[in-house]
Amino acid sequence: MDHRSEIWNFLLGNLSLKVLPLHNTLEDRILQVTFAVVAISGLAIFGWVTVKRRWGYLWREWFTTVDHKKLGIMYMILATVMLLRGFTDAIMMRIQQATAFGANMGYLPPTHYDQIFTAHGAIMIFFVAMAYIVGLMNYVMPTQIGARDVAFPFLNNLSFWLTVSGVMLFMTSLFVGSFSRAGWLGYPPVSEYQLGSGVDYYIWGLQLSGLGTLLTGINFVVTILKMRAPGMSLMKMPMFTWTSLCTSGLIVVTFPILTAALFLLSLDRYVGTHFFTNDLGGNVMMYINLIWIWGHPEVYILILPLFGVFSEIVATFSGKRLFGYSSMVYATVSIMILSYLVWLHHFFTMGSGPDVNSFFALTTMMISIPTGVKIFNWLFTMYRGRVRFDVPMLWTMGFLFTFTIGGMTGVMLSVAPADFLLHNSLFLVAHFHNVIIGGVVFGVFAGINYWFPKAFGFQLDPFWGKASFWFWQIGFWVAFGPLYVLGLMGVTRRLSHFEDPSLQIWFVIAAFGAFLILLGILSFLMQLYVSIRHRERYAVGHDPWGGRTLEWSTSSPPPPYNFAFTPVVRERDAWTDMKEHGYVRPRDGFQPIHMPKNSATGVWIGLLGFAFGFGMTWYIWWLAVASFVGIVAVAIGHTFNYHREETIPAEDVKQFEHTGNWKPAGEGASA
Amino acid sequence: MNTTVADMHPPAPPVFYTREEVHHNGTLLGFWIYLMSDLFIFASLFACNAVLGTNYAGGPTASEVFDLPGLAINTALLLVSSVTFGFAMLEMARQRKRAMLIWLAVSGLLAAAFVGLEIHEFATMIAEGATPERSAFLSSFFTLVGTHGLHVTVGVIWLIVLMVQLGQFGLTEANIRRLRCLSMFWHFLDLVWVGVFSYVYLVGVLR
Ligand code: HEM
Ligand SMILES: [Cu+2]
Repeated sequence: MDHRSEIWNFLLGNLSLKVLPLHNTLEDRILQVTFAVVAISGLAIFGWVTVKRRWGYLWREWFTTVDHKKLGIMYMILATVMLLRGFTDAIMMRIQQATAFGANMGYLPPTHYDQIFTAHGAIMIFFVAMAYIVGLMNYVMPTQIGARDVAFPFLNNLSFWLTVSGVMLFMTSLFVGSFSRAGWLGYPPVSEYQLGSGVDYYIWGLQLSGLGTLLTGINFVVTILKMRAPGMSLMKMPMFTWTSLCTSGLIVVTFPILTAALFLLSLDRYVGTHFFTNDLGGNVMMYINLIWIWGHPEVYILILPLFGVFSEIVATFSGKRLFGYSSMVYATVSIMILSYLVWLHHFFTMGSGPDVNSFFALTTMMISIPTGVKIFNWLFTMYRGRVRFDVPMLWTMGFLFTFTIGGMTGVMLSVAPADFLLHNSLFLVAHFHNVIIGGVVFGVFAGINYWFPKAFGFQLDPFWGKASFWFWQIGFWVAFGPLYVLGLMGVTRRLSHFEDPSLQIWFVIAAFGAFLILLGILSFLMQLYVSIRHRERYAVGHDPWGGRTLEWSTSSPPPPYNFAFTPVVRERDAWTDMKEHGYVRPRDGFQPIHMPKNSATGVWIGLLGFAFGFGMTWYIWWLAVASFVGIVAVAIGHTFNYHREETIPAEDVKQFEHTGNWKPAGEGASA
Repeated sequence: MNTTVADMHPPAPPVFYTREEVHHNGTLLGFWIYLMSDLFIFASLFACNAVLGTNYAGGPTASEVFDLPGLAINTALLLVSSVTFGFAMLEMARQRKRAMLIWLAVSGLLAAAFVGLEIHEFATMIAEGATPERSAFLSSFFTLVGTHGLHVTVGVIWLIVLMVQLGQFGLTEANIRRLRCLSMFWHFLDLVWVGVFSYVYLVGVLR
């Protein structure tokens, strides 16, 4: 096998049968079973779609769509699928760490364990959390500002498929070759000297999806700045739109830095440059600075939209306008700015001296001030409100409790001398899961439960919703409480084996907690299943919660064009204002509406992007070059298409406006 | 609730929607934001140059490898191409398509010459053993200057495509918008180049 002829080397690059998981080891057995499961379920879905003759429908209505609502839904589905993948990794780590003590080495060899924590971290951040927030913003933000679509609908579709191509590269690494073992941020020198496909999969997967995210950021900033309904000044925008704006702005100024850092890393790996090497003048800390200049704002990119979600939910379910709207806006903007000035707290141990460390410690602590303002605003909104504890509100309460504690452990870490002890420990792992799960994940579930009836016209089952909430809430503390304890005892992260048996009990408890979270995830899937199965039973009107913002003023689900006539805004809670001042829905005089046409370009570029990444990963140069040329050709070809709009006839608009879901608020809802 | 309000108050209810088509085009703003984000890529590369720019690792130093007279020509080419692009935009405003296309072609040729000279500079340096693999200084130099050069190349390709489209479809609204974007891109690259030549080259030989 080592003496392959030149032509095979040319055609296959570094690929060979050796890189497939065909060996008689436990590690490969696990992969074979995984592959079987993925292949069988993939074939089942493929077969089902084929038998039902749904490919044409999927292609026309979904894959090539430029409708922000459908793209939003596709992002949410993608994120949910990836949550299952990322969570499987988590459970595998939890089982390993609960068993691998003393003579027992556990079932995962270190090379495999290291891939798992890397994949878990990267997938959870990029393809779960990011995909969820982009999905939510996609669906909700344009409807909140009374727009018919985003500013660049085609780019929106392209962004989605670029994200998918990144996902595909990550998933391919399961079965062809291996994944990076360098941690979710790919620190050099490990990521420099790790041979094989792993780090390259990681780099290209992130480059492709990162480009998609950047385009999304630009798209949303322009959408919010340019396409708000008449009358909606900045200070009348709904809170979720504000947070979307700040998040998108952060994306625009940080994702290029991620691109640059990964680009330089790939130059070091492919060309042999010396940016981050230990020899010939390279500097490892350069990478670590760059990646965290992106990385810290990234965590605020993730959390800000969910702050927006909670703001909408708290106001709606308290039946009051949001307390301290302006302070909320200023808090959001300050967080956005401050988040750019704290990155060094991820490596106080770099040795930059007390003055630099103090600066970054202080800026970090300062972030807790605007965050505190927000927490109080939410509490004061509830104060003396008629609070309804529906499922979205439950997640919000869980967030307030859990996130606040996570924030406090964050302040502990921001104390530089303390961080010298806690750095890289399980205390840190507990902290960031505390804020990410308590903030981002809880917020996503709150948002899904809140806007699901908007998107589909029926509600999610409250029983399974509550079950999901309680399993996650309790499961979280059981799974991560022990990590705080272990971290304070000095246990470091990323270990696949332990010597000290006295620690084991804590890991066993943590594993038990992870299984509670598993029940939470299963309950969520059950909730989806039951609600879709019996959707007539859960059908609701177009405004089931008594919403306050414009998205609730149109039917549920909204028509492709969202609003037959562009809304005119007078007040902050525009829809509440409309309801209170005798808004009458227009029933005639409809005009034709121009909407952007579907486009297949995004799908092709996504596929070619995958081929490019795969070629680069395996050193199959012809494939990389060919697909790159293909991307350029498709993109140029796209610019020759000047007819990108189509018209929805007035008749169709009228038809829809008379048959859409316009049932009065709350009908059929248990709320 | 609605009925009571209507019954009691004769004044006309407020209007909550407009029947006029509201039209926005965000392309120019969007493209400008893209440029700003691109600036962050350059900022990262500049930062690398600032940190690693004197790490010669026993290899050639900046004053040994930089050819300042060549650089002056190169810079002049790029700056002049910005001016000629400006002329093209003026002709566009006057709806004189032919003159505009000529100025565009001149700008494209100047930029192509810039890229050509840069490739030549790189080739000479590499032949002398000053390769990107030699030291962190050279890595950062080649990457920053090369990334800029790559941008200029993309600009030239875009210019060619757009000239074809202008020839084919004329000065339509869409084409004018595209030309405005390309014009921004062109001047933007000029600006970045000013940073490159004053920081990487001039400061480079001094420090
Ligand atoms: C749902 C339950 C989850 C469980 C049980 C879990 C468990 C774990 C475990 C065991 C580790 C490795 C700790 C170590 O290094 O010793 C880890 C790391 C990590 N997790 Fe999670 N996790 C969960 C959810 C999430 C979510 C939702 C995110 C982000 C959106 C996330 C992001 C990360 C990251 C970034 C790392 C660091 C990976 C690295 O060390 O490179 N996790 N998690
Ligand atoms: Cu941070």
